[in-house]
Amino acid sequence: MEKNIKDLEAEFQKRIDNGENIEAKDWMPEKYRKTHIRQISQHAHSEVVGMLPEGNWISRAPSLRRKVALLAKVQDEAGHGLYLYSAAETLGISREEMIEQLNNGTAKYSSIFNYPSLTWADMGAIGWLVDGAAIINQVMLTKTSYGPYARAMVRICKEESFHQRQGYEIMLTLCNGTEEQKAMAQDALNRWWWPSLMMFGPRDEESPNTEQSMKWKIKRKSNDELRQQFIDQTVPQADILGLTVPDKDLKWNEDRGHYDFGEIDWEEFWNVVKGNGLCNRKRLKDRNAAWDNGKWVRDAATAYAERQAEKRVSKAS
Amino acid sequence: MSDINKEALYDYLLLLGDNSMILGQRLGELCGHGPELETDIALTNISLDLFGQVRNYFQYAAEVVADGRTEDDIAMLRKEHEYKSSLLVEQPNTDFAYVIVRQNFFDHYHYMLLSKLVDSKDEQIVAVAKKSIKEVEYHLDFSSTWVKRLGDGTEESRQRMQDAVNELYRFTRELFKPTETEERMANLGIGADLPSMEEDYYKQLHALLEEATLEVPQGEVFQYGGKEGRHSEYMGYILTDFQFMQRAYPNMKW
Ligand SMILES: [Fe+2]
Ligand SMILES: [Fe+2]
Repeated sequence: MEKNIKDLEAEFQKRIDNGENIEAKDWMPEKYRKTHIRQISQHAHSEVVGMLPEGNWISRAPSLRRKVALLAKVQDEAGHGLYLYSAAETLGISREEMIEQLNNGTAKYSSIFNYPSLTWADMGAIGWLVDGAAIINQVMLTKTSYGPYARAMVRICKEESFHQRQGYEIMLTLCNGTEEQKAMAQDALNRWWWPSLMMFGPRDEESPNTEQSMKWKIKRKSNDELRQQFIDQTVPQADILGLTVPDKDLKWNEDRGHYDFGEIDWEEFWNVVKGNGLCNRKRLKDRNAAWDNGKWVRDAATAYAERQAEKRVSKAS
Repeated sequence: MSDINKEALYDYLLLLGDNSMILGQRLGELCGHGPELETDIALTNISLDLFGQVRNYFQYAAEVVADGRTEDDIAMLRKEHEYKSSLLVEQPNTDFAYVIVRQNFFDHYHYMLLSKLVDSKDEQIVAVAKKSIKEVEYHLDFSSTWVKRLGDGTEESRQRMQDAVNELYRFTRELFKPTETEERMANLGIGADLPSMEEDYYKQLHALLEEATLEVPQGEVFQYGGKEGRHSEYMGYILTDFQFMQRAYPNMKW
C-alpha cells in the first residue's frame, strides 16, 4: 500500500513535469488537493472581499460614464469569485463551507483589501496597481497544473487587464486635470504603492511554501521575482503620469537591468495579514452581514425549488 | 418644434431618465452586499442597464437644450425639487424583499411604458425604447421570478414580502398619474398615454401577487409628488452621494 502511493505520487509528478493538466477526477496527493482548496478559495474570497472597497465608490462616482464602468468592474469581480468558487468545488468542498471559513476568519483573502478607499483617485490606483499586481500573479497561474484553476485564470486574466487599463485611464484623466485632481492622484499612489508591493507576499527566504508550489507549478516564479517584475513595469507608467513613486531608494540599476527599491515595512505587512489593518474587521463584518441577512433569501429559494420539483414529480406520475 | 414643446420634451426626457437613474443608484448601493453572488451580479446588471438608458436619455436631452450642458450636468447638477423620479424608486433597500418588490412594481410599469414608446413619434425615443425594452423584459422576468420564490418560499420570506408589498404598493399609482408634461407629450404622440396603461398594470401585478400567495393591500391611500419634485426624506441623502464629486470638485473632467 505504502509503495502504491509512492508510485502514484511519482506518476503524478511525472505528469506535472510533462506539462499535463491535472483534472478533478484524476488521482492526486491529499496535500495537493488541500493546498489547492486553500489557494483557490483564498483567491475567490479576495475577489469577493475586493468588491467592497470599490463598491464603496459606486454611489459617488463622478460621472455617469465612470459609474457604469465601475459597476461593470465590480460585477466582473463577482464573476471571478463565482468561477473560482466553482473551480474549488471540483476538489470536494462546497461554496457554503468556503464562505463560512471566510466569515469566521479561518480563511484568508488578499490583505490589500484591508486598506480603505478614501477618494475617487483610489478607483484609479486600485485598477492600475492592485489589478496590475494581480495580473502578474494570475498570468503565471494560467499555466498552473490544476486544470480547472488554470482555465478559470485564462478567463479572468482577460478581464483583469481591462480593469488595469481602465484604472490607469482614471489616473491619466486626473493627472491631466486640475492641480487638485493631480494631488488626489498622487495621494492615492502614495497610499497604494507599498500595499501593492506587499501583494506578492513575504521575501523568498521567508516564504516556506515556494519550493513545493514550484514543483506543482502553482508558482513558476518566486515572490521576489514577481515583485521585481511589477516594479519594473509600473515605475515607467508612473513617470508617464508625472507622479512620484513614494520610495526614495527607487533607482534604475543598469547592471541588474532592474529597479532597486526600498525596504517594505514588514511589520505593517504582518499586522494586516494577522487581522490588524484598518479595515480587516469592517470587511469581515460586511461579508458576514451580507451572508446572514441573505440567509432567509437562500432558504426561501431552496424551499421554493424543492416544492416546484415535487410538483413536477407528482404531475409526471 | 416650438420652443414650448422643446421645453416639454426636455422635461419629458428627465421624467424618463430620472426613474431609471434613482433606481439604478439604489441598486448600486447593494453591490457586494447581496445574499449571494448570483443576485449581486443580476442586480448590478439591472443597475448597469438602467444607467445605460439614463445616458441615452440625457445625451438626447443635452442635444435638445443645446446650451452646453452635458449628460452629467443634467444628471448631477440639479436641485432636489428638479428631479422628477417617482416616490417608488427612491424607497430604501430595507431588505431583499423591498428590493425585489420595488423592482417588480417598477418593472411592470417600465415594460408597459417602453412598449408604448417604441411607437413614439420621436425617433430618438423610439431608438432608446427599442434597445431598452429587451433589457427590461429581462428585469421583469428576474424580479417576477423572485416575487414568486420569496412569496411562496418559507413563512419568513412570505411575511417579509407581504411587508414590502404593503409598504410599497401605495407608491404605484403615481406612475400612471400624468404630469402636465406627460399629458402634453402623450397628446403630441411622443409620450405614452399613462392612464390607459393603469388597468392592465394592476391586472398583471395582482395576478403575480396571487400566484406568489401574497395579498393585494386594500384601501391604501396612494402617495404622489416625486414626479413633480416633491420627494420623500430619502431623496436628499441619495443626492448627497450621487452629486458628491460634482459638488465638491466643480467644473472638472473625470
Ligand atoms: Fe478579479
Ligand atoms: Fe479586477
